[in-house]
Amino acid sequence: MIEFSLWDILRNLLLATRWTVLLSLVAFIGGGLVGTLLLFMRIGKRRALRLFARYYVELFQGTPLLMQLFLAFFGLGLFGIDVPAWLAAAVALILWTAAFLAEIWRGCVEAIARGQWEASSSLGMGYVQQMRYVILPQALRIAIPPTVGFSVQVIKATALTSIIGFVELSKAGTMVTNATFQPFTVYGLVALIYFALCWPLSKSSQILERKLNVAHRNH
Amino acid sequence: MKYVFDFAWLGQYWPVLLKGIGITIELIAVGAVLGVALGIFCAWARALGPGWLRPAITAYVELIRNTPFLIQLFFIFFGLPSLGLQMSELQAANLAMIVNLGAYSCEIIRAGIQATPRGQFEAGASLAMSPIQTFRYVILVPSLQRIWPALSSQIVIVMLGSAVVSQIAAEDLTFAANFIQSRTFRAFEAYFVSTAIYLLLAIALRQVLAAAGLLIFPRRMRR
Repeated sequence: MIEFSLWDILRNLLLATRWTVLLSLVAFIGGGLVGTLLLFMRIGKRRALRLFARYYVELFQGTPLLMQLFLAFFGLGLFGIDVPAWLAAAVALILWTAAFLAEIWRGCVEAIARGQWEASSSLGMGYVQQMRYVILPQALRIAIPPTVGFSVQVIKATALTSIIGFVELSKAGTMVTNATFQPFTVYGLVALIYFALCWPLSKSSQILERKLNVAHRNH
Repeated sequence: MKYVFDFAWLGQYWPVLLKGIGITIELIAVGAVLGVALGIFCAWARALGPGWLRPAITAYVELIRNTPFLIQLFFIFFGLPSLGLQMSELQAANLAMIVNLGAYSCEIIRAGIQATPRGQFEAGASLAMSPIQTFRYVILVPSLQRIWPALSSQIVIVMLGSAVVSQIAAEDLTFAANFIQSRTFRAFEAYFVSTAIYLLLAIALRQVLAAAGLLIFPRRMRR
């Protein structure tokens, strides 16, 4: 039987961590773009689009991400495409992230006092100008801490993609366990790597919140 | 797209789905009650407890909140047996959910405790109540009431997250869907139906928790 040193295990896990990081980035950036689109639908003037965005968010927040992954994996296949795991994982994670980001950002836009809309409107600004010069710059400021905080959820969510066969940190953990028969060590290390990725983000979200709150308290 | 949808398997396999739903409900019922209990204890320990306990609770909360539930589950089910802790799939699933919700609800409840005006602690003390009595009779219920909506959302999130326990062969709703698709090869339909069921469960759970809030918290304390 081959002996595995701790370094062998750690090295293989770290190699797989690259895919966790990459998938997280894809999900976060893609989700951010789709989420922005949803946000403008949700706070816009068209009733049909508002309802669409609302039910979209309801649907994605009310069902397990695992099910969304399965549906993406098998659903894309229905169109006759041969779906690789990374594609299903990326699509499902982007759609899921978009729902949560849109909802977080909506809260931030709605937190801007009504008077700001009225004041800018009284200066003769149109909707786009109001958004561009008055609302969004302020909303962006309060949006930063929760958005950074949510990136932690995205990293953790990528662990589920191991179930549809995408090889990232969690899947590597399972594979290394099957080779070494040391689940305690391997899953312990996997947890520590996730922690090392997530904890700095959690902390900076907290710090940002404290910092930006000071400005927010003044008005 | 030439695919023809086929839901005929529902006629034969609905008992499997029903059993899965039962187990999912059981998991979240046990997980929610014990998880929130653990959260209350940890919140007390972190906000008002003895100094030596606080760093331990902080470490627990940070560790759980910054690692995926799937890995916590695998660690408990596959990792702990090497320390001599053997568990059945359901026990491991339950334990993982309790530990997970415990950490999240600790943070939420602690926020509720910290929002309590200082005067309430002082009022309790001036009535010769011990710190524990003050916590139990004066602080706890209004604190919980303050954060009940946030706590309810977290419980729903844990319920949806419980889909993952099928990975250690705990026979929940997702496990049922996996079983059905492996028998009927109707993967999309099986997951579509179970996703719809999860959505209904989430909506129902929100209603139940809102109703529970109305029951637990007396009207006169509502603001």
